[in-house]
Amino acid sequence: MERYVQLENVQKVFETKQGRFVALRDINLVVRRGEFVSIIGHSGCGKSTLLNLIAGLTEATDGVLLCNGREIAGPGPQRAVVFQNHSLLPWMSCYDNVFLAVERVYGAVESKESLKIRTEEALALVGLTHATHKYPHEISGGMKQRVGIARALSMQPKVLLLDEPLGALDALTRAHLQDEISRIVAASGCTTIMVTHDVDEAVLLSDRIVMMTNGPAATIGEVLDVSLPRPRERLKLADDPAYNRCRSEVLRFLYERQNRPEEQVA
Amino acid sequence: MTVVKMKMKPTIPEQVEAPKAAGNGSSLPAPMKAPEASLSPAKPRIVMMLAAALRTLLPPLLGFAVFLALWAIIAQKSGLPDPGKTWNSAVKLFSDPFYQKGPNDQGIGWNVLMSLGRVGIGFGLAALIGIPFGFLIGRFAFLSRMTSPIISLLRPVSPLAWLPIGLYVFKQAQPAAVWVIFISSIWPIIINTSVGVTRVPQDYLNVARVLKLSEWKVFSKILFPAVLPYMMTGIRLSIGIAWLVIVAAEMLTGGVGLGFWVWDEWNNLNLEHIIIAIFVVGIVGLLLEQMLLLVAKRFEYQG
Repeated sequence: MERYVQLENVQKVFETKQGRFVALRDINLVVRRGEFVSIIGHSGCGKSTLLNLIAGLTEATDGVLLCNGREIAGPGPQRAVVFQNHSLLPWMSCYDNVFLAVERVYGAVESKESLKIRTEEALALVGLTHATHKYPHEISGGMKQRVGIARALSMQPKVLLLDEPLGALDALTRAHLQDEISRIVAASGCTTIMVTHDVDEAVLLSDRIVMMTNGPAATIGEVLDVSLPRPRERLKLADDPAYNRCRSEVLRFLYERQNRPEEQVA
Repeated sequence: MTVVKMKMKPTIPEQVEAPKAAGNGSSLPAPMKAPEASLSPAKPRIVMMLAAALRTLLPPLLGFAVFLALWAIIAQKSGLPDPGKTWNSAVKLFSDPFYQKGPNDQGIGWNVLMSLGRVGIGFGLAALIGIPFGFLIGRFAFLSRMTSPIISLLRPVSPLAWLPIGLYVFKQAQPAAVWVIFISSIWPIIINTSVGVTRVPQDYLNVARVLKLSEWKVFSKILFPAVLPYMMTGIRLSIGIAWLVIVAAEMLTGGVGLGFWVWDEWNNLNLEHIIIAIFVVGIVGLLLEQMLLLVAKRFEYQG
């Protein structure tokens, strides 16, 4: 498989009032086309910063970031982001939120009718046809996050970046959405990078799990291959020894090698 | 910080709202009636509705009664016109609100309309300049740092201090009054708009960046709707100030208008009309405020 997203010696330093703060150092990562990679670590380890670097929302202090052989110079619709807090525009209906993205990407080349179809298809993909004309405050947190995913996917991005997309949801909704993300991503064939702090989520969804050391000056500690066959079924996996081996390996990394007492609360 | 300060400024609308707040929190009659209502659920609906209406109406009505009583007492002691006399005079005055007997003797309707007209023009100009300016200040920190000392310096200046400047520049009373309205009502618009722009959540701007929206789309789809509630607050404060200032400005500049009318009736020693004018100013101000609150509600969004 070809190298799609490439990070070489990436470093991110924030200039704060207290002086230089090294958030990330020596990040080397290659993500292949179509791969699903999770980034996991304790809070404050800079995993969201890493995702923002790939999105182009923040600029690296040092190192090289490539996507499809080209340098990542800034954000763009080919690297769609699903934000942690859904970031839907509250003054627009679900339809208009998705349409904004569709219009931006296809508005110049496609007819009004085809833009409409794309928007409706994206909402149908996440099972929200019934909420098309609802406003964000009228729907649940899980549904908002699904609109966020629909908005991202409607642009047919090359890379889908998920920043703790399910972090704010209750356990049941989260499980349900994990299954949906798994299905949707498989169907779209998108290269996906997801930030999470949920071990089960990471193992269930990923081809590889990137484990981050604690900050400051965090870097990639270990990378775990999750060679479980797809489609994966939550219930069957519960008793699968391979699944449990992956799970305990991530847990061991997080709680034995990178344990920080003050972080356990968070 | 500055917004909070500005919100405190128009004292009159807030005082007008006070009796309403007292009406909602009518703690006294409620606990006495509540157990009675729950004991007899078969009570006809209409009676319950009447009781509820009474409970909301009683406190403000009582307030007005006390107010009128105090007024009557003070009138008796000081020789001011009492409520009854004022009422009769008002009935006569409002029976022909739009008469015209020369430039200095016109109906109350004309006076109100002329004052509203000046406020409208002055405020309209303030909005026309203040809103874009607020957006610019909010968007560009350099501009904000450049202008904020001047704004802080000019904002607390008493509105009427600007009148001589207007009179000198325009050589006429009418534009000078409009100028005073303009200069005193522009600050809340500028400040609230610019604060609104700086408070647009970074998340929304990140969405714009990921989508690579054009500057116009960023403005029309994200900045403008996000700032609108702040802008409406600024506009509301602004109109409140404009209405406060117009009476004083017209007293000094003359012409047809509520302020001039008050001064004219003082010269005629027609105190009933002065009291009526006070009520008219209050009621029109209240209506303006309520109207803008309705408009603002229309533009609110739930995040």
